[in-house]
Amino acid sequence: MIKQEVKANTTSVQELIAERKQKNNISRVLEIIMPKVLLITAILSVLTTLGILFTLIIETFTFFERVNIKEFITSKSWYPFSDPGSFGIMPLVSGTLKVTIIAGIVAVPIGLASAIFLSEYASDKTRRIIKPILEVLAGIPTIVYGFFALTFVTPLLRSMIPSLEMFNALSPGIVIGIMITPMIASLSEDAMSAVPRAMREGALAMGSTKFEVAIKVVLPAAVSGIVSSIVLALSRAIGETMIVAVAGGSTPKLSFNVTESIQTMTAYIVQVSQGDAGYGTTIYYSIYAVGFTLFLFTFLMNLLAQYISRRFREEY
Amino acid sequence: MKLINHSDVIKKMKPRLLKNVIMRALFFSATLFGLVVLGVLFYRVLTQGIGYLDFQFLTSLPSRKPENAGVYTALIGTVWLMGVVAPVALLVGVGTAIYLEEYASKNKFTNFIQINISNLAGVPSIVFGLLGLTLFVRALSLGTSVLAAGLTMSLLVLPIIIVAAQEAIRAVPNELREASLGMGATKWQTIVRVVMPAAIPGILTGGILALSRAIGETAPLVVLGLPLFLAFLPRTVFDMFTVLPMQIYNWTGRPQEEFQSLAAAGIIVLLVLLILMNSIAVFIRNKFQKRY
Amino acid sequence: MSTVFVDKVKKAVESTTDVNTKNSVYKTNQLNLWYGDNHALKNIDLDIMENEVTSIIGPSGCGKSTYIKTLNRMIELVPGVKTAGEINYRGRNIFDKDYGVEELRTKVGMVFQKPNPFPKSIYENVAYGPKIHGIRDKKILNEIVEKSLRGAAIWDEVKDRLNQNAYGLSGGQQQRLCIARCLAIEPDVILMDEPTSALDPISTLKVEELVQELKENYSIIIVTHNMQQAARISDKTAFFLNGEVVEFDVTDKIFSNPKDKRTEDYITGRFG
Repeated sequence: MIKQEVKANTTSVQELIAERKQKNNISRVLEIIMPKVLLITAILSVLTTLGILFTLIIETFTFFERVNIKEFITSKSWYPFSDPGSFGIMPLVSGTLKVTIIAGIVAVPIGLASAIFLSEYASDKTRRIIKPILEVLAGIPTIVYGFFALTFVTPLLRSMIPSLEMFNALSPGIVIGIMITPMIASLSEDAMSAVPRAMREGALAMGSTKFEVAIKVVLPAAVSGIVSSIVLALSRAIGETMIVAVAGGSTPKLSFNVTESIQTMTAYIVQVSQGDAGYGTTIYYSIYAVGFTLFLFTFLMNLLAQYISRRFREEY
Repeated sequence: MKLINHSDVIKKMKPRLLKNVIMRALFFSATLFGLVVLGVLFYRVLTQGIGYLDFQFLTSLPSRKPENAGVYTALIGTVWLMGVVAPVALLVGVGTAIYLEEYASKNKFTNFIQINISNLAGVPSIVFGLLGLTLFVRALSLGTSVLAAGLTMSLLVLPIIIVAAQEAIRAVPNELREASLGMGATKWQTIVRVVMPAAIPGILTGGILALSRAIGETAPLVVLGLPLFLAFLPRTVFDMFTVLPMQIYNWTGRPQEEFQSLAAAGIIVLLVLLILMNSIAVFIRNKFQKRY
Repeated sequence: MSTVFVDKVKKAVESTTDVNTKNSVYKTNQLNLWYGDNHALKNIDLDIMENEVTSIIGPSGCGKSTYIKTLNRMIELVPGVKTAGEINYRGRNIFDKDYGVEELRTKVGMVFQKPNPFPKSIYENVAYGPKIHGIRDKKILNEIVEKSLRGAAIWDEVKDRLNQNAYGLSGGQQQRLCIARCLAIEPDVILMDEPTSALDPISTLKVEELVQELKENYSIIIVTHNMQQAARISDKTAFFLNGEVVEFDVTDKIFSNPKDKRTEDYITGRFG
């Protein structure tokens, strides 16, 4: 019985395949089309960059038809809402730099120290617990950090520094520093882990302490990755918006004072976007000019980070 | 003739060892600092917000009176946004990754695309807002809509998905591709039936990371013109809407204490949402752990 | 006079006196292959017969893996490969522009050195081939799966766990699964590239027994670095050295009375 069934169903597989080959036009078409479709999606990412550049440049161009580019670069006052307005970018840059430098002062030592601990001292188990927690820090939405800066850090600082204003550069600077610390810690730790064990063992076998190995052997060997991570983190700090928008204020002023209200490039763009600046006004175009300046800053820093990482990469 | 005085070396050993111990403690505290801050942040947000967090909060529309205010529209808006970002970013991102890993030859053009993607990852999110404003809101006349915001955020998170998908595809061993091709399968059949199924867990993890980023961002949406206060829900992707971070930003900016607490409550909702999403990612990663 | 020419004449004479005149499955004609500037295969002439086990032996780097991968054009996955010459599979030159490579590969299957089952169920692994070539009928697929697993002498071990992941099998079982997967599209020729070098001795033995059974219905070409294996299981043996075929003859003759000194040196272990 079974034998009969088997005979009835046994068309050779090769025959079945040959049959289907004739009907398989869709498959053949797909084979040719799909690579082309996928190429288009890949080009989309390039188009995005071009779109950003194009947008920024064109609108900035329009801005410079109304505002003298020399004034933009050299003037020390930014009063866009006055009539006539004054459009010197320096106050905004000063605000951005103040916040970024403070962030760097917080993030670099803490980030590096954490990286050294995780890479040179921590056990596997410890590392596996702490690293994910640091990732969480990096994943917290910036508006939450902004809230934290305004409602916790600022009052705390004011209790220590009575002259500190409600809106200032110190509070957002510190919080941005906390936000970018995981970036420095994680990337530097990666760079340090890439240093071959053999190098460490060589130093340890001579009676070095772990501290000496970390500072004198590992750090120099991983320096390109570490520096590159710092530059990337600072670039992120420059581009940070919500923390400064909430806690920094909206007073563009060119100064060294970190206890008074400031405005960064990013916060200015937010302020105008929230307001009633009509399409076509100079103020409308000013956000593109500021945005372009911001883009240049971060783009150059990212290029620098990539260059450092590549040029000084140690060959093991 | 010995040049090294070993008794000197032994003498200097003690301070060196002490230094090591001290520095270790310092490094450890630095690491702990981050964790402590995290703890403080969560504690503050929780204590401030938990009082206002109840069912009414989740289901009410925002209002000028703090007692009546809720995150309903913002929460729904966030879901709408995810609904646009997820398919767009995944399709374009995974498509790009498949092209780069399976079809593209290693030439200057491919290299250029790769570099471009890393550069895109470093562009401040507010700049994407400017792009979205000019391109989607104005040029394509989409207005301040779910679609415009969704497309803008998709571009923002594109690099995340591309990198994750590339890693996942690269991790599929070449022997599997050879086995498939050796049986007469075409390249596309091999990609669909062998490579992609093996790469899906990695891609999903990347997708969830991207979505987490997209729903936490505020700056680009402010530039696009999203309202801080909206009391109705979108009905199509062309409608206006608001999202959780915007609502939180709105409340944070109000001076009254009640609004601060509302903001904290909103933050709790946002964080819970993010924790949920990331737990799903971890779950997926563990369930489909490589069994090679 | 080259040794290859002498062999050709001898084979021609032999074939006319062969009791069973078999058909040629693969006729290789002056095949040359380059990896960039590296001339990896030089003027290969080889005539492989159906329903036989032909083994290819030689030291590392002699071109045997390259050759077998050329037979199903898998070598084309390596960038920078150039070929000249002909390989005729049952009378058709496989390098012909209109001979689709996928079609060739449905007739010529391959088993690799390291078992490479898909991370799918055992059933899905074996059904993969028929499915991609359009066979969807569940009943037919079930039949094909059982037939192939039996053909690979692994049915009894897996028949109760067809839906389990193939990675749960041992190395030797995985390799037999790969053979079953290969059998599922009912190829004409099976190419095996050092199929047992990653397996333990017991699994190796099982695969060797399987090869002997399979030759009744298939033509098998096996690359092996294990001379004893070649002596055990093959009908004909080709000895490759530096990209050339040094000697090709009935296995017994190669191992007991090789004509070329180089063959003799390799077989007696003076190099390799």
